[in-house]
Amino acid sequence: MQLLVNGAPTYCYTGGKPFDAAKPTVVFIHGVLNDHSVWILQSRYLAHHGYNVLAVDLPGHCRSGGEAPETVEQAAAFIVALLDAAGIDKAALVGHSWGSLIALEAASRLDTRATHLVLVGTAYPMKVSPALLETSLVDPMKALTMINVFSRSTLAAPPSALGPGTWVYGASMALGRRVLASNTAVNVFHRGFKACDSYAGGEAAMAQVQCPVLFVLGDQDQMTSPKAAQTLVQAAKAAGVRTETVRIEVGHHQMTEAPEETLSALRQFLGKP
Amino acid sequence: MAGYADPGFDTLALHAGAAPDPTTGARAVPIHLSTSFVFESSEHAQSLFNLERAGHVYSRISNPTNAVLEQRVAALEGGIGAITTASGQAALHLAIATLMGAGGHIVASSALYGGSHNLLHYTLSRFGIETTFVKPGDVDAWRVAVRPNTRLFFGETVGNPGLDVLDTPTIAQIAHEAGVPLLVDSTLTSPWLVQPLGQGADLVYHSATKFLSGHGTVIGGVVVDGGSFDWARAFDASGKFAELAAPYEGFHHMNFSEESTVGAFLLRARREGLRDFGACMSPHSAWLILQGIETLSLRMARHISNTEKVVQFLASQPFVSRVGHPLLESHPSHQLAQKLLPKGAGSVFSFDLKGNREQGKKFIETLKVFSHLANVGDCRSLVIHPASTTHFRMSDEALAAGGITQGTIRLSIGLEDADDLIDDLKRALKAAEKAGT
Repeated sequence: MQLLVNGAPTYCYTGGKPFDAAKPTVVFIHGVLNDHSVWILQSRYLAHHGYNVLAVDLPGHCRSGGEAPETVEQAAAFIVALLDAAGIDKAALVGHSWGSLIALEAASRLDTRATHLVLVGTAYPMKVSPALLETSLVDPMKALTMINVFSRSTLAAPPSALGPGTWVYGASMALGRRVLASNTAVNVFHRGFKACDSYAGGEAAMAQVQCPVLFVLGDQDQMTSPKAAQTLVQAAKAAGVRTETVRIEVGHHQMTEAPEETLSALRQFLGKP
Repeated sequence: MAGYADPGFDTLALHAGAAPDPTTGARAVPIHLSTSFVFESSEHAQSLFNLERAGHVYSRISNPTNAVLEQRVAALEGGIGAITTASGQAALHLAIATLMGAGGHIVASSALYGGSHNLLHYTLSRFGIETTFVKPGDVDAWRVAVRPNTRLFFGETVGNPGLDVLDTPTIAQIAHEAGVPLLVDSTLTSPWLVQPLGQGADLVYHSATKFLSGHGTVIGGVVVDGGSFDWARAFDASGKFAELAAPYEGFHHMNFSEESTVGAFLLRARREGLRDFGACMSPHSAWLILQGIETLSLRMARHISNTEKVVQFLASQPFVSRVGHPLLESHPSHQLAQKLLPKGAGSVFSFDLKGNREQGKKFIETLKVFSHLANVGDCRSLVIHPASTTHFRMSDEALAAGGITQGTIRLSIGLEDADDLIDDLKRALKAAEKAGT
């Protein structure tokens, strides 16, 4: 569905079901060089099992217009505006990688409007090496290959997004190329990485979160290792909110390398108040 | 890959899509000869049918052994995924039927495998899909042939049997300017020689019967999606490809381009094409082709080195009037092959004898190492007379457009000792020459 958010056309995949604000809402937020489609299995399942799903293309990415966010804070403000534009009072926020920081920052601003917070493949601080940051600017295709290698843990993913016969490594490359090409005004690769690298509000944001928090972490994740998520895990515990962690024996792309385990973690967590 | 670098071709040929079986520990890919797969619950069944969860339901749609082959070929081609089919022809039909119905139009190279020419020229026209054939090297002809209802460009990496090299980057650019994808048949080159997706093609397919399996034991096909063509954008611009970018009543009103930004073609091809046309591959065939792919690099290197020696030999024979391989400077695609196919232009090629039809027959019947049969890409060397076999339904004009004469003989160079192949050809040439005196 298309919404007008901050004056810009914004695309949200609703999981194959009509938008229905009367149901509990789950907002899926993608990472750098991704779009809504990285969540298709999880979002489609939840949409057909009682949830109102909005898997968004962030501004300036693929089907959404508007200026691509330069900071996590800008992106979080967009998520809040998205909920307002859609007329949604409360929502669970699910974010992957960069999207996890956006979800965290948005949850901190939404107070009790955020019902659940799920951080998939997260780290804080989410520092990007200077070499990779530079390469994403001057040679994005090379950097895309680098992050794809870092993000994957297997040459034999189980039946995954798109179903059997999907070569998830190639699918990530193709999606990265498509997202990059979708914005001719801005290098959304470099801009997204810069936003990750410069975000300094993680602990303060977590202190404001009032809803349960789930961490879904990949044991073989080289981009955001489980160790690098511990600052946020401790901050969540310190905030006094229910904190859960699910570790999966995969890399950074939990949704496609372990779609069933990722969905299972979401189902169990979202099913509890 | 944690702890690994970006995997190379040979590693992917052995490992892509496969890991030791978690139940039995089997290291080789098991053959899953099961038509169906048990649901965990009614809810699980419903979710699988509705594409909410990924898994296998019924082997016409997907199978664990086939899925390994699909991932492996996709990995070797640089694609996002693949679909295995009952044959190469089934792969071509699946690709076309996914992209258009009656009223569609294709612009295709005139230098095609005879079976593909039959499908496009005779059979699909019966179903309302028309094709305009153009010489693969005539760049303007591709552009001029485009009609408002054109949905696809189609060619072979190297035309069969003249080995006209398709200028994939240029033809892809023209296709994209026309708002349509380029489909390439890479059967004769295999991903070891060229990856057409990396040169601008959007879809690639193989008769896996040939070099991928490599041993002349199995019939199969596979179509790979590069994930590069933006179906939604094309639909917005022209109204074409509603099959992929508008809700489909035949499958849960799914808009495949919304479901997957880069994988809409594969979603529809599997969920409609395999479901309804049903030209699926047997898991046993998939396993045989996987076995072949594991040695693809080794075999292709030998195919190419043997071919170089045989081509040089034939080119030096006075009884041979023409050798049609881009290795030779005399071949019209020589320079293009150097650029696009630096590792070689394949091991299937044709040559012409300076003799009549009877001398050609004598040549073929004298050969002992070469087998006279209708196939290519076998580990054994093969020979055939195209005008009376693979291309016999084509008119003289269509044959000429494809670079074939009544005296043309096609060879598929195998993995035998090159000296034995040359010796076999030498004896047959002598016998054929004598038959004319």
